[in-house]
Amino acid sequence: MLGLNKKDTSLFLVIVVLTILAPLLLNPFPSETALAQFNAGYPDLMQRFVVFGIFAIGFNILFGLTGYLSFGHAAFLGIGSYSAVWIYKLFTYNVLPALVLAIIVSGFFAVLIGYVSLRRSGIYFSILTLAFAQMSFALAYSVLSNPKFNLTNGETGLQVYANDLQLFHRESLPDFPHLFGLSMGSTYKLGAGPWEFQFNVAYYFCAIMMILAFYFAIRLFRSPFGMMLRAVKSNQQRLNYTGLNSRPYMLAAFVISGMYAGLAGGLLAVTDPLAGAERMQWTASGEVVLMTILGGTGTLIGPVLGAGFIKYFENIFSKINDQVLHQWFTFLPDGLEDFLVAIVHPFIGKGWHLTLGILFMLVVIFLPGGLVEGGQRVERAVRRLMRRGKAADAANVSAE
Amino acid sequence: MDALLLQILNGLDKGSAYALIALGLTLIFGTLGVVNFAHGALFMIGAFCAVFIQGVLNLSYETVDETQKDFLGNPLKVKTPHVENWFGPETGAAIIDWSVPLAILFAIPVMIAVGVIMERGLIKHFYKRPHADQILVTFGLAIVLQEVIKYFYGANPIPTPAPSSLAGAFDFGVLFGFDPNAIIYPYWRMIYFVFAIAIIGAVFAFLQFTTYGMVVRAGMADRETVSMLGINIDKRFTMMFGIAAAVAGLAGVMYTPINPPNYHMGMDFLVLSFVVVVVGGMGSLPGAVLAGFLLGILESFASTTWATTTIPGINQVIIYVVAIIVLLTRPRGLMGRKGVMEE
Repeated sequence: MLGLNKKDTSLFLVIVVLTILAPLLLNPFPSETALAQFNAGYPDLMQRFVVFGIFAIGFNILFGLTGYLSFGHAAFLGIGSYSAVWIYKLFTYNVLPALVLAIIVSGFFAVLIGYVSLRRSGIYFSILTLAFAQMSFALAYSVLSNPKFNLTNGETGLQVYANDLQLFHRESLPDFPHLFGLSMGSTYKLGAGPWEFQFNVAYYFCAIMMILAFYFAIRLFRSPFGMMLRAVKSNQQRLNYTGLNSRPYMLAAFVISGMYAGLAGGLLAVTDPLAGAERMQWTASGEVVLMTILGGTGTLIGPVLGAGFIKYFENIFSKINDQVLHQWFTFLPDGLEDFLVAIVHPFIGKGWHLTLGILFMLVVIFLPGGLVEGGQRVERAVRRLMRRGKAADAANVSAE
Repeated sequence: MDALLLQILNGLDKGSAYALIALGLTLIFGTLGVVNFAHGALFMIGAFCAVFIQGVLNLSYETVDETQKDFLGNPLKVKTPHVENWFGPETGAAIIDWSVPLAILFAIPVMIAVGVIMERGLIKHFYKRPHADQILVTFGLAIVLQEVIKYFYGANPIPTPAPSSLAGAFDFGVLFGFDPNAIIYPYWRMIYFVFAIAIIGAVFAFLQFTTYGMVVRAGMADRETVSMLGINIDKRFTMMFGIAAAVAGLAGVMYTPINPPNYHMGMDFLVLSFVVVVVGGMGSLPGAVLAGFLLGILESFASTTWATTTIPGINQVIIYVVAIIVLLTRPRGLMGRKGVMEE
């Protein structure tokens, strides 16, 4: 279907169904119960799942296929956000032109940065991209927000003010990013017994974008172009010796990857019409690296899984506090309860980054293929067990 | 002329920090071939060694002094640090005052231990893995170390003053015949520079003039041959990792009076130090030192009002711009060796 083979089609359909049903699936616990805090089915979080999913898919096209580790990908995320907000400020709150500009501008910057950075490989490439991203961050944070030429609005972040131009804005249109009048902020709430499901317009918009991005990524992975990129990863030198110039392919991959990041940045501005420089900081670049590695580099589904995993646990872990822990461990004797809470305490709430760091190290050390490899290993182990069980049965039968 | 001198002096202290961190990075890279993203965290841990020593020296007990009253009329509670009790009030106060220099004595063994544990416990397992994996695992380690420090010391910068006798500033201008007050330079920054030079000199002397250092250099050039000669080169390289960690740690200890340490200071320096290493030439020790001082001075020149009005924002980006230009025109950096990390 759609030019995909059978396996990819089923993977694609699974993704489509999961993203469309996410508001239902991610809300398994009734809203009044204590477990409701584990629900992820509210718009803000779901939007982050899909937006960072796109970001990670794009990063994976570069890192997963070619093995070039860019440590400055967040620059494109920030550029995308800024361009989208500028469309809001100058013309209209309609999200389509905003996204188009976000993709074009980030693609343009990706051409510039990629052209220079791709002259070197390995660690030099990582440091060059890092340098470019830090430079963009420093510029956006301070210089480009001077009163004479205020492009980024510095520390406050770029946002839409009442006295902005907004050429095509009409009274009838909502004062929020919208798609031809359909406000991105509107949410349809469906109550079903003790459950409450929220269907948010911005979420579905971002979800459709992610499905498109995912489809495009599958096609790219399976295309001859994707094969070229894999060849770069396995042995660039040999590729060059065969007479192929690998640089245009690399640049194309870098630009596509940057445009994905720009799209994600634009979508961040769709869910919330605000752009800040901290989106470009190198910690943000590090985060997308974490997502991709955690999910599984070079796999299709991995980055999306990783993005969802990190964003979900970031949210849940930061919410848990000592009180919640005490509630969980009430069944234990008091001394033990306090002891356990004291042990877990550094890892929750504000300590989420510690948990993330440890988790990330464990993944890099023991599971270089990420969650996907973990899943495959479990699957293989289960298969082996089942086969052994069957063999044992057969042996029993023949013995009888 | 005096402005020129002032900017050079201003650049020296930051340049010293860059040079020290870059020196450690290059040592690790040159010996073990590992790109250590946790090196900034080592710098930060060093700084927190100073904070720790300051805290320990200030441990005190409370006594109630009946003769004095506080503002509410209650008997005044007097805190006396244990140190003052043991060594007498004057010596005790002096020891507390000199807590930062004293922390050096504490930081050296601690940092060497941290470095050796890091190498044996984690990095050893990553020699055969791709550079990307090394970057990633040390990046993860850096996050963990940062967060551990944050858990114990919080997110706010902790003031750790220099000894009060060294807190003032020195009027450099008079020395060179300029007007008084034209070039004012804090004593501590001068000490930092001298200290950095001393450390760098010590490391170079160690590598150049000792047998141990000679073997290490031989190992850097050709590890296989050296180990075939029956020398346990791994052990020496582990030690070099410890020394590199100690260099970064000492840079951190001495930097605390200049900038109060907080948990992410390491990351801020790390990015720049990598740039410094690349500009200097991967694997070249003199290159790292030279580039450290050069970029520090360049940064301070770019921060002058003249520079920022001519090209706005130049002070923020100058180092990156220089790095990009150097990498594109001299791919091996200023003093890079042939064959080191060509790809």
